[in-house]
Amino acid sequence: MDLQTLSFIVVGATFAIYIGIAIWAKAGSTSEFYVAGKGVNPVANGMATAADWMSAASFISMAGLIAFLGYGGGAYLMGWTGGYVLMALLLAPYLRKFGKFTVPEFIGDRFYSRTARVVAVISLLAMSITYVIGQMRGVGIAFSNILQVDLTVGLVSGMVIVFIYAVFGGMKGITYTQIAQYVIMIFAYTVPAIFISLQLTGNPLPQLGLGSTVEDGRYLLQALDQTLVDLGFAAYTSVGANMTQMNMFLLTISLMIGTAGLPHVIVRFFTVPRIRDARKSAGWALVFIAILYTTAPAVGAMAMWNLLNTVQPGEIGTEEGNLRFEDKPDWMERWERTGLLTFEDKNQDGRIQYYNDRNPEFAAMAEEEWGWEGNEITRIDRDIMVLANPEIAGLPNWVIALVAAGGIAAALSTAAGLLLAISSAISHDLLKGTFTPNISQKGELLAARISMAGAILLAGYLGLNPPGFAAEVVALAFGLAAASLFPTLMMGIFFKKMNKEGAIAGMLAGLGTTLLYIFIFKGWFFFPQTAMLPDNPEGWILGINPTGFGVIGAVINFAVAYAVSKVTAPPPEHIQHLVESVRVPRAD
Amino acid sequence: MTEQQASRAEYWKTNLRIIGWCMAIWAIVSLGFGIILVQPLNAIEIAGYKLGFWFAQQGAIYTFIALIFFYAWRMNKLDRQYDVYEE
Repeated sequence: MDLQTLSFIVVGATFAIYIGIAIWAKAGSTSEFYVAGKGVNPVANGMATAADWMSAASFISMAGLIAFLGYGGGAYLMGWTGGYVLMALLLAPYLRKFGKFTVPEFIGDRFYSRTARVVAVISLLAMSITYVIGQMRGVGIAFSNILQVDLTVGLVSGMVIVFIYAVFGGMKGITYTQIAQYVIMIFAYTVPAIFISLQLTGNPLPQLGLGSTVEDGRYLLQALDQTLVDLGFAAYTSVGANMTQMNMFLLTISLMIGTAGLPHVIVRFFTVPRIRDARKSAGWALVFIAILYTTAPAVGAMAMWNLLNTVQPGEIGTEEGNLRFEDKPDWMERWERTGLLTFEDKNQDGRIQYYNDRNPEFAAMAEEEWGWEGNEITRIDRDIMVLANPEIAGLPNWVIALVAAGGIAAALSTAAGLLLAISSAISHDLLKGTFTPNISQKGELLAARISMAGAILLAGYLGLNPPGFAAEVVALAFGLAAASLFPTLMMGIFFKKMNKEGAIAGMLAGLGTTLLYIFIFKGWFFFPQTAMLPDNPEGWILGINPTGFGVIGAVINFAVAYAVSKVTAPPPEHIQHLVESVRVPRAD
Repeated sequence: MTEQQASRAEYWKTNLRIIGWCMAIWAIVSLGFGIILVQPLNAIEIAGYKLGFWFAQQGAIYTFIALIFFYAWRMNKLDRQYDVYEE
């Protein structure tokens, strides 16, 4: 059967599963709609959280990112997993004890202030909407690249599926669909990785394969280091080559804090029956995430190794050493057609040279000795690494079809979680909590469904007409979560004397400085021509990359909140009691 | 302060101490071993992995999982001890 038919069958089958679940798990009450009636088993919740959290970026982009960053890619691996420790220890059990439906609701009640709640809603909407654009884009790309259908068709079918299970099922429908999506996603990610690890190292576990030997008896990582150095690149495991150690440190901790502050993930811990389930559920979530996250570095390194060996099958510098253009494997031809991979025979020798021509010493030597006139892979999009992986390894078509279904599952599951966070912020925090407090449960449920449908339409529209800055804003979303929501939530639990003045001032200060720092380099509201300093290590203030600024915003938030709370009135008695009761699992 | 309030305060203090230890380990394996101390640790090689590299791309994640389950287990014990365990 040809690849396209097979892909349609596999993706169609997964969609049938999602719709089946939607029919079975229809939400009847606001509690079911917002938090799945607080009846989700902690292991199941962990799995749903993992699917919720792992987006198209984790599934498609991360391994490719690591392949080109080498050691520095650890910032993403540690940052995106380390946040779960913060969440499990500092937030989840207490927010579950508080026992309401949304994150802004906790902030509004704890800081006895509608203003605080509205500020929280604004941060939530800003980060969730920017984040969801990328997901809808991911759905569209997975469809159009792999299934060879028009982007619009792909996006609309994705929207219809999400509409069916998210609008009717709410959190209940989303949770059970996410469990199915997790299984599909992880299967699609690990199967090709296991095959490739076996092929290269003989070890079926990619986590161990990365530390094993390749055919010629050298360790994979050593061999990879050597080949990269021989081609003028920095060694794969070298420290500080692609990212300074300070920026790696800041980026890691910003991603950790940002992860812990993402409302669509936090709200998942509201769905379990008990406080101790919330603690344990975070652990399960991380187990399910780690299966993919510990496989990704192996996928990245092995993809790089395969790429180098395909292009440079023989000794470097000999004429026979480089791949002839006419011998290019099928997968290269296929990805060339998408424009994500491009070649140019600069020295007209009919062979491909891939090396670091931005290393002046090496480039001069290569030109003089070997007649190389520049790197001839002129573009290689990092995102193709995971998608092309099964083809590079020569795996059967059903595995390639499965990867397509996995990519779509990753994007849909995250989009659904974000859409729920957006719709509950509108129906629960803005309508019920602020503007129309007397709305009935039935009315609120209807409002939640309408805002969910509206959010899907908006996300779909933005996915079709993405603002040029879609990629940059993901860093912004994390920066905002790190600088505004996480510190405020944490202080709400751990500093009993934190008052509303402190919380609001802190949130605004953290939010403001982070936005300011990002806008200075990326342009005001992401119009690049308004950037005030160049977005490179020379322009960055003290060499700080804007993507790693979140942690500094968080520190500013903490400091401002503390200072302001010291000079204003302490919170009223009943709030201090609320904090005390949140701190113990069973309070009378 | 009533007896219950005193017991709650002690419960919270113990909790903070446990969190403190867990957070210290959390920072040491990731920011410490994975980033700050990566060079000296890379001198040690286990199988094909340089140790600092391994912490940054594998080891920190495994430690995170262990920390969360340890904390959940330790807190359940503490909840029972201070009689605030949920049924």
